[in-house]
Amino acid sequence: MSDAAAMSDYVIDVRDLRKSFGARKVVEGLTLQVAKGEICGFLGANGSGKTTTIRMLCGLLIPDGGAGECIGLDIIRQAPLIRQHVGYMTQKFSFYEDLTVFENLDFVASVYEMKDRAKAVQDIMVRMGLADRRDQLAGQLSGGWKQRLALAACVLHQPKLLLLDEPTAGVDALARRQFWDLIHDMAGEGLTVLVSTHYMDEAERCKRIVYLANGRIVVQGSADEVSSQSGLITFEASGEGIDDAARALRHLQGVEAAAVFGRSLHVAGTDRAALQTAIHSIDGDLKWEEVPPRLEDVFIHMLSAKGGEP
Amino acid sequence: MKGYSWRRFFALLRKEWIQVRRDAMTLRIIIAIPIMQLFLFGYAINSDPKNLPTGLLSSDHSKYERTIVAALKNSGYYNIVPLASEAEAEEGLAAGDLLFVIAIPPGFDRAVDRGESPSILVDADATDPSAIGNATAALASLGADLQRDLPAIRQSEPQTPAFQFVVHARYNPEQLTVLNIVPGLICIVLTFSTLFVTTLSITKERERGTMENLLAMPVRPLEVMVAKISPYIVIGYVQVALILIASALFFHLPIRGSIPLLLFALGLFIGANLALGVLFSTISANQMQATQLAQFTLMPSFLLSGFMFPFRGMPLWAQWAGEVFPTTHAMRIVRGMLLKGNGWHEIAPELWPIALFALIVVTIAVRFYRETLD
Repeated sequence: MSDAAAMSDYVIDVRDLRKSFGARKVVEGLTLQVAKGEICGFLGANGSGKTTTIRMLCGLLIPDGGAGECIGLDIIRQAPLIRQHVGYMTQKFSFYEDLTVFENLDFVASVYEMKDRAKAVQDIMVRMGLADRRDQLAGQLSGGWKQRLALAACVLHQPKLLLLDEPTAGVDALARRQFWDLIHDMAGEGLTVLVSTHYMDEAERCKRIVYLANGRIVVQGSADEVSSQSGLITFEASGEGIDDAARALRHLQGVEAAAVFGRSLHVAGTDRAALQTAIHSIDGDLKWEEVPPRLEDVFIHMLSAKGGEP
Repeated sequence: MKGYSWRRFFALLRKEWIQVRRDAMTLRIIIAIPIMQLFLFGYAINSDPKNLPTGLLSSDHSKYERTIVAALKNSGYYNIVPLASEAEAEEGLAAGDLLFVIAIPPGFDRAVDRGESPSILVDADATDPSAIGNATAALASLGADLQRDLPAIRQSEPQTPAFQFVVHARYNPEQLTVLNIVPGLICIVLTFSTLFVTTLSITKERERGTMENLLAMPVRPLEVMVAKISPYIVIGYVQVALILIASALFFHLPIRGSIPLLLFALGLFIGANLALGVLFSTISANQMQATQLAQFTLMPSFLLSGFMFPFRGMPLWAQWAGEVFPTTHAMRIVRGMLLKGNGWHEIAPELWPIALFALIVVTIAVRFYRETLD
C-alpha cells in the first residue's frame, strides 16, 4: 500500500484507464474517484464501457493503459489481493443453481476463509431475509430472490467496496426498493458502492452520478448538478389533447423530446426560443409551465446527443 | 494470498461434490455405461501379429538347432533373442518383454539322430491368445524343415517325427480370449467414463456464467482443478469395483495380483484421465470443442493401446505413439496383475509413465487456466 493511497480517502482512485478488445476501444481514458461510503451511480448506454470498467476495478480484466488504486491496492500489480476485499455482483446471476441458498453462501464463506463461517452465513441470511429459503435450490428462486442471494454472497466477506453491475435488471419495483434500502444501510455503515443501472429512480438515489459514453465520462456530479449542467430547458403542459400535441411537437424544430407522463406532457430542448415557438404553435387550451429538467430528460438528451449503441 | 490453501480447496471440493450428487442423470450414466460396455464388448476381437519377441534357451548351439531357429525366423512370427538363463526367461515373460521362450534340451542333435523324437519346450505368454495363436499354429509345419538335414537312415523312417514342440500356454492355459479382453476392457471403459466427466467441468462453469464469479473470488487454478478431479476419483473406484465384481462373476476372471496395489494403480490411471479432461476443458471455448478433443484421444487409446490389436503386432512408430497414452500402460498393469500375478516390481515401469503423463497434463492445464476474463 503506497503512502499516498493510504492517506487519500478515495476507495476508487484510477487515472486514464484504457481497454480495447481487438480493434474496438471500449474504455478510453477513464478517470474516476469515489470516496469512502459514497454510492456512485454508473450510467450510460449499453456498450458504453460500464461493465468493462467494473471488471478492471476488481481485477477481472487487466487494463491496457492507465493506473490507479482500488481500496489502496494497485489495480494491475495487486489484483489478486483486491479480490479478497471487493464484492462483485455480476450482471447475470452467477452463483450455482444446483446448490441451495445455504450451500452457495457456505461455499463463498469458505472460499474467503472466513472465521466462524456458520455464524457469518446465518447472520447474512437473516439480514437479507433469506433464512426461510435456506434449503431452496438457487435455480428455483425468483429473480428478486436470486438477486438478494447474489447480494448476500457479495457482502458476506465484508468487502470494503461493492461493485454492482445492473443488479436490479428484471426485478419488480418492491424488490428493487428493498434492495436499495439495503444498499443505503450498508453505505451508512461505511461500505463504498459503485452501481451501474439504467433506472432513473435508482440513479436519483445515488450520491453521485457518473455518465459514460463511448468509454469516456461525459458528465458527473449529484443528480441536480448533472441536470443543471445539461443546459436542457423543459416545459410541462396539462389538459385535454396532450397525446395529439405530443405527436405534433415531436417533428417541430427545437423539440428534442416530447413525452406524455400520465396526465402531463413533457417537452425538452436546448434552444429556448425555438422551443417556445414550437409550443405556441400548438392549438388547444394547454397550460404551459417551465419546470426543472428531470434526470430522465437529461439522459435521453445525452443518449441521443453523444450516441452509443441501442 | 497464499499459493495453495487447503481450506479454499475443501470449499471447492464440497461444492463440486454437491453438484456431482445433484446431477443424478449423469451419475446414473457413468455408473451404468461401463457395465453395459463390458457385456457388449466382452466377447470378441482378433488379429495376426508377427515378429513376436522370443527368447531362446539352448546349451549346445547344435546343427539342428540352427536349422530350427532359421525355420522359426522364416515363418515371420518369431524374433529370436538368445537368453542366458531360465531366470531371465521368467522375468521376460512376466514383464511382457518376451511372448515366447523356446528351450532346446541338451543333446538335442543326438536324440534326433537316434530317433527319440525329443521335445522342444515352448513357453508362451497366453494372456493375449490372439497375439500368439497364429504363431503357435505355425510351429506344426516347422517339423518338415528339419527333414532334409537328417541322415539318410532317419529320412527313411518318416513315421516318427524327428522332434516335437510342446507348447506350454502360460498364465491363461485354456487360451480364453475373454481373459485377455476383459482386463483390457476395464481400462478402455474407465478411459471412456472418466475422460468425459471432467472434459465438461470448466466449460460448464463458463457457459453457465458462474466462471466470472469464481474468478472474482480468491481461488487458485490448482485448487479449482484438484477439486474438479477428486469427486470423480471416488466415482471411478465405484466403477472399478463394479467392473471387477462383474468380471469375476460373469467372465470368471482371476485376480492373481495384490488388490490394494491394483486399486492404487487404477486410481493413478483414473486421475491421469481426469486431469486430461480438465486440460481439454481449460483450453476449449465451449463444451462442443472440449468433447471433440476428448474424442480425438479416445480413438488412439482404443486402437494403439494393445486393446484392439496386439501391441507387438503394430509397427514401431505406432508402438511409440501408443506408449504415450495412460491406457496402454494401465492395460499392461491390469493384464499383468490379474493374469500373471505381477507385483510392484513388474508394474513399476508402467506406473511412472502414467504419473508423468498426469503431471505434465496438470502443469499445462494450470498454465492455460486464465485468472482473468481477458
